[in-house]
Amino acid sequence: MSQHSIIERLRGKFGDAIGAWREMAEGSEYQRRMGSYLEILAPQSLLDICFFLRDESELQFDSLLLISSVDNADSTLSVVYHIESTILGNHLAFKVTLPADDAHLPSVTSVWAHANWHEREAWDMMGVHFDGHPDHRRILLDEDWPGHPLRKDFKEPAFYHGMKVPY
Amino acid sequence: MPEILERRTIKHSTLATTTHVHAPEEVERGRLRTEEMVLNMGPQHPSTHGVLRLEVVLDGEIVVDVIPHIGYLHRCFEKHAEALTYPQIIPYVDRMDYISAMSGEHGYVTAVERMMNVEVPEKVEYIRVLFAELQRIASHLIAIGTYGLDAGAFTPFLYCLRDRESILEMFEKTCGARFLYNYMWVGGLSHDLHPDVLGMCRAFVKVNRETHTEVNNLLTFNHIFVERTANIGILDPLVAVNCGASGPMLRGCGVKWDIRKNDPYSIYDRFDFDVAVGSNDLGTLGDAFNRHWVRMLEWEQSLNIIEQILEQYPRNDMTDVQSAIPRRLKAPAGEIYSRTETPRGELGYYIVSRGDVKPWRVKVRSPAFSNLSILPLISRGYLIADLVVILGSIDIVLGEVDR
Amino acid sequence: MTTVFDTLHEFLVSLLGSGTLSLIATTLVYAAIPLLFIILYGLVAILGEMKISAWLQDRLGPMRTGPVGLLQPIADIMKLMQKEDTTPRAADKWLYRLAPWMVFAGSYAVFAALPFSAIYIGARLNTGIFYIISIGSLVVVSILLAGWGSNNKYSMIGAMRSVAQIISYEVPVALAILTVVVVAGSMDLQSITNMQSGGIENWFLFGGPKHLAGFGGTMNVILIPVMFVAFAIYFVGSLAETNRVPFDVPEAESELVGGYHTEYSGMKFALFFLAEYASMFSVGAVATVLFLGGWQSPLGDTLNGPAMGFVWFILKGLSFVFVQIWIRWTLPRLRVDQVMYVCWKVLIPFGLAAVAAASVIAVALYS
Repeated sequence: MSQHSIIERLRGKFGDAIGAWREMAEGSEYQRRMGSYLEILAPQSLLDICFFLRDESELQFDSLLLISSVDNADSTLSVVYHIESTILGNHLAFKVTLPADDAHLPSVTSVWAHANWHEREAWDMMGVHFDGHPDHRRILLDEDWPGHPLRKDFKEPAFYHGMKVPY
Repeated sequence: MPEILERRTIKHSTLATTTHVHAPEEVERGRLRTEEMVLNMGPQHPSTHGVLRLEVVLDGEIVVDVIPHIGYLHRCFEKHAEALTYPQIIPYVDRMDYISAMSGEHGYVTAVERMMNVEVPEKVEYIRVLFAELQRIASHLIAIGTYGLDAGAFTPFLYCLRDRESILEMFEKTCGARFLYNYMWVGGLSHDLHPDVLGMCRAFVKVNRETHTEVNNLLTFNHIFVERTANIGILDPLVAVNCGASGPMLRGCGVKWDIRKNDPYSIYDRFDFDVAVGSNDLGTLGDAFNRHWVRMLEWEQSLNIIEQILEQYPRNDMTDVQSAIPRRLKAPAGEIYSRTETPRGELGYYIVSRGDVKPWRVKVRSPAFSNLSILPLISRGYLIADLVVILGSIDIVLGEVDR
Repeated sequence: MTTVFDTLHEFLVSLLGSGTLSLIATTLVYAAIPLLFIILYGLVAILGEMKISAWLQDRLGPMRTGPVGLLQPIADIMKLMQKEDTTPRAADKWLYRLAPWMVFAGSYAVFAALPFSAIYIGARLNTGIFYIISIGSLVVVSILLAGWGSNNKYSMIGAMRSVAQIISYEVPVALAILTVVVVAGSMDLQSITNMQSGGIENWFLFGGPKHLAGFGGTMNVILIPVMFVAFAIYFVGSLAETNRVPFDVPEAESELVGGYHTEYSGMKFALFFLAEYASMFSVGAVATVLFLGGWQSPLGDTLNGPAMGFVWFILKGLSFVFVQIWIRWTLPRLRVDQVMYVCWKVLIPFGLAAVAAASVIAVALYS
């Protein structure tokens, strides 16, 4: 099943929740395959889409490769999910764009357990809040670290617990 | 009883947000009332393989829950990468998975080359694959050796280090560095292969096959070692895929999944090698022993690949290894997810470019990070001695977990 | 036969006169001899462990201190003496300080009953072997003190493991010792040694004294398998009692950092260390007396005698230490439950069988 027919399946099932298919026009064959992504317009139906992608017998996306968060520097954040089917060999990426000041997404931990730490990292580094995450804590930084460092407008504090931060 | 013990409560004294799923509690067993105990293993502990802290909830010696705390080695590679040009990032990549820096570099330059559509000379590809496979052996040698240490066997570790030394000598001859190389550049290499290295490599393969047998006899088929590692930390293949396991961790469950075969990169399609998977012969599929066993088999497969490279290597090819390096490294706007198979598993780079000399965003899918997240799942209910063995079988490098 | 004690007493009488003073002085000097031996042997064993492990592992070991690193143990001792002697604030101070001395006292006390030669034994007890088993158990108490007193979770787990392990392994060790004792009919180590005179074939491992047995010693062949089983049980058990690999779960480095001695530093740690090495030798020495003829020469009357007795005894003891070091650097460590499995389900049944068989044979051959 090609990426296009997967998207048609999704469109048929979820309709308006599925946005445009952003295909890389130039670049290598690999980049066309691994660099294209699907836009998902309705964050609230993300969980349903993920369950559908995992459980539908023609899709079987059983493996989540990674969840990346991107700051678009226009007060929006994007969260990109790369998923793969180890059975059928398909690969798909989809992107959800959120307002930076109120970034909430449903957690997909119940779909792919791998999402657990990646979502925690996205929260820690980018400040995306995942609703329904079983263990929603920071993962790499301290609990009381101010801000989310991977945001483009992040400024490190001058002092942290009395220690001088910028060197 | 020492006074201080009485005053100590069993509740966590950390911040409210770090109170965990499983705080210690009092357990009633018939008329016997016991208390669970929290043991902090690490960040300074001989067998956490770096600065990892495991918060272990124990009932006697039985592990009730494990909560890994990572981030002690966090340097925010991803933030660094946004401020650096594409070639400047390579030394930082070295410092992520420092045990197998060559493999990390290979993954990164492959990603950037795919993004910029750079054609790499054949000779460069051969040298890259040769060094990536040597690095895989070196990394597995460390993994196997330290795994022996975790189980209490000291001697195999030194046999492994002895052979790793000859690999590092080859790297040193070629690029001058033994540990953090900055050797693979986008489109080429920093130095041509040193003329001695092919001969050294041939001698090394011969010696290393003997070491492989020796380590097998001394460690893998040692009755005590098998008793210690078999049938513990069993990971179901379906769970493994769902949890994002990769590398020996996934193949130990019997899933035949190797990026070198399933999504070939570089020139891996030219070599004949098997994807090693675990078996039920000694122990159960997916247990700690099988992860070790897969590493032993992969070691052998890497030697096979190296032998094929030595046969096929274009000796008379006088191409400059830097000839294909782009003058201006500027990736076109767009994004890519590129992945390679490092000794620890699937190393992926998700790079977003906005057509600048610097990447807009680099996200690393680190195999050790994903594999470590499975630890709580596979170590509950075993003894504390097993916990150490299970952790060792995952083969984590904290530089890569924390980035 | 003039013993070392007699010679020493005569010498001190000539200095101090024949009063209580000279007797006390003799006793003190006499008691210091094993101590001196332990310290000298400790230096040799530390160097031996370093060099043997290096040899097994394809490396050189210490090479910088003195010629080929021979002075390394002295440098190590100097280092340990200079180290800060820390006591954790949360520790139970008295127990914490008492434990290393008690553990060393236990190991040292064993040497009192070891017959180094025909002319030297600290105290010739008619229940010598019984005394050794009992006084050796002092180690259990002191390790528990160390683990509890440190107020450290690793120490506590290590101490609990250690106590469980040592107490369990005393059973098969005692059974193995009993196998020899029923054949020898004595618990006096000096007389057990005397019985085994006349060369290697009279050692208990190879069938026991033939000249004392019935049927002209020809039937002693049937004792050999029993003794080999007993010897194997004793050896495995002794590894466990001295917390050596593969039974070093109490101080398992990769799990418990240092086990019961995690919190100890400086000379307190050195005492634990020395006690461990002393027990390594003393279990070897007991095996030597029981199975390998003690201070008797393996060649019968050749190279035998009071002076050569020291040489043979120490040589046999050291070869045990060598094997222990060899095993330590070869094998991985067992898990706690596997350690217990080996003891209760393997060694003890075989030990009981060996005692039963030895009793029957002893009645047939030596009554």
